[in-house]
Amino acid sequence: MTIHQMPADDTKPAYNYAYLDEQTKRMIRRALLKAVAVPGYQVPFGSREMPLARGWGTGGIQITAAIIGPADTLKVIDQGADDTTNAVSIRRFFERTADARTCEATDEATIIQTRHRIPEAPLKSGQVMVYQVPTPEPLRRLEPREAETRKMHAWAEYGLMQVKLYEDIARYGEITKTYDYPVMVNDRYVMAPSPIPKFDNPKMHMSPALQLFGAGREKRIYALPPYTSVKSLDFEDHPFRIQSWTQPCGLCGAGDSYLDEVVIDDQGGRMFVCSDSHYCETRRVEGHRGTMLGDAAASGLVEETNP
Amino acid sequence: MSAGTMIAPGFSHPVFQSQAAFRALLAALSEPGTLQNVASEITPPEGLTTATATALLTLADYETPVWLPEALRNGPAGAWLRFHCGASLVESPAEAAFAVIDGTVYEPKLSAFNLGTDQFPDRSTTVIVQVTALKGGSALALSGPGILGSRNITPQSLRPGFIDELRENGALYPLGVDVLLAHGEGLIGLPRSTQIEEVR
Repeated sequence: MTIHQMPADDTKPAYNYAYLDEQTKRMIRRALLKAVAVPGYQVPFGSREMPLARGWGTGGIQITAAIIGPADTLKVIDQGADDTTNAVSIRRFFERTADARTCEATDEATIIQTRHRIPEAPLKSGQVMVYQVPTPEPLRRLEPREAETRKMHAWAEYGLMQVKLYEDIARYGEITKTYDYPVMVNDRYVMAPSPIPKFDNPKMHMSPALQLFGAGREKRIYALPPYTSVKSLDFEDHPFRIQSWTQPCGLCGAGDSYLDEVVIDDQGGRMFVCSDSHYCETRRVEGHRGTMLGDAAASGLVEETNP
Repeated sequence: MSAGTMIAPGFSHPVFQSQAAFRALLAALSEPGTLQNVASEITPPEGLTTATATALLTLADYETPVWLPEALRNGPAGAWLRFHCGASLVESPAEAAFAVIDGTVYEPKLSAFNLGTDQFPDRSTTVIVQVTALKGGSALALSGPGILGSRNITPQSLRPGFIDELRENGALYPLGVDVLLAHGEGLIGLPRSTQIEEVR
């Protein structure tokens, strides 16, 4: 770098608001409008280089950058948690580039960018969910050629997917897919719901929130408008079921949330805790106590709140 | 330079005005039938309403051919769009990514625009229909994605047979154009996924 290119000490990097240039935002916005008009159809878009590696949420970030404005409050979660690396760095990215207000409370957020979970607290009308999607094509494992999967979607030729689910049942007695469980949208397109656990699939059906999906590496955008029919694929004699656990959350005692299994020692000890960190905290503040909250607080893993 | 050839200014704050307008457009097409306000403090060129002009400023650029009625294309509206958006103005409706039509004029029919292809239904035209009012006409009941149950709209001055055209367009789903009804600063979205019934 020659000396005249050195920035002065007080200059900040001159990015456009929300990092992307206006031309890119317009292109993404046009793709989003077509995506909501044809729910579940994957709209190709010109995914840009972002200042993080593809596969780290670049699709979701580009959608958030194209829709965010000064009136928005952004929540970012990674596997349900607000405090993991991916969530913290994406939140900070928008604080820096778009002066975004950020929050952890699900009901305060207008935009919720997520990797692999839908919050436990019910979503409201007016909220926008932005999903980070690694593999937007639900048929890709069954048919590697894009030219073929495109025809299969065009002609609603989804027999292959039903055969795959049937083979699971024939071999294992049940459908073994537990995340990224394929859904039928508006009785027309089979869609990959991104790798959310199948526990979250029913939350997409007739959700009052707008749901947008961005796959940066695969260059696809798709969407679910509010109140859209989303059915998990199944068979009459093998109906779709969500996961269940034999015990409630060890910290907050919730029996209705998605639980992560945490190994706590080398003696085979384990505990189950809510994957949605904000939901768990809210319940603890409300006075709900799980059986292992005392132990976890004693070893400094969580703060014990006394209501 | 006479006032007739002056090109009126576009957005004074392009980043935030286009963001606000886009969110209104996104809401219009994701919740069909809701009346969205796209106030943006611009003075639209003659022949375009504020909502139409704002939507085109927000979405159109050199990648998106725009179709305008011939009088508008050769008038101040055409010059305004060329200058601010850099959009090419096409003569054939089937080539357009965006189009503006008058709700009362008979031609072109919705089916004359690009309906997309079965493998790329997203390549269809978005048609902005300028009407004399978005309220006070005979009621239309909408249903489909984005609508819980059904929702009524009462736009005025749609040409006779336009509802049938919308219904034929919806029957092509997932192909078909997406329609935005515009008047003043108001917009109502009617994407191809919406089913339309006349309320009697």
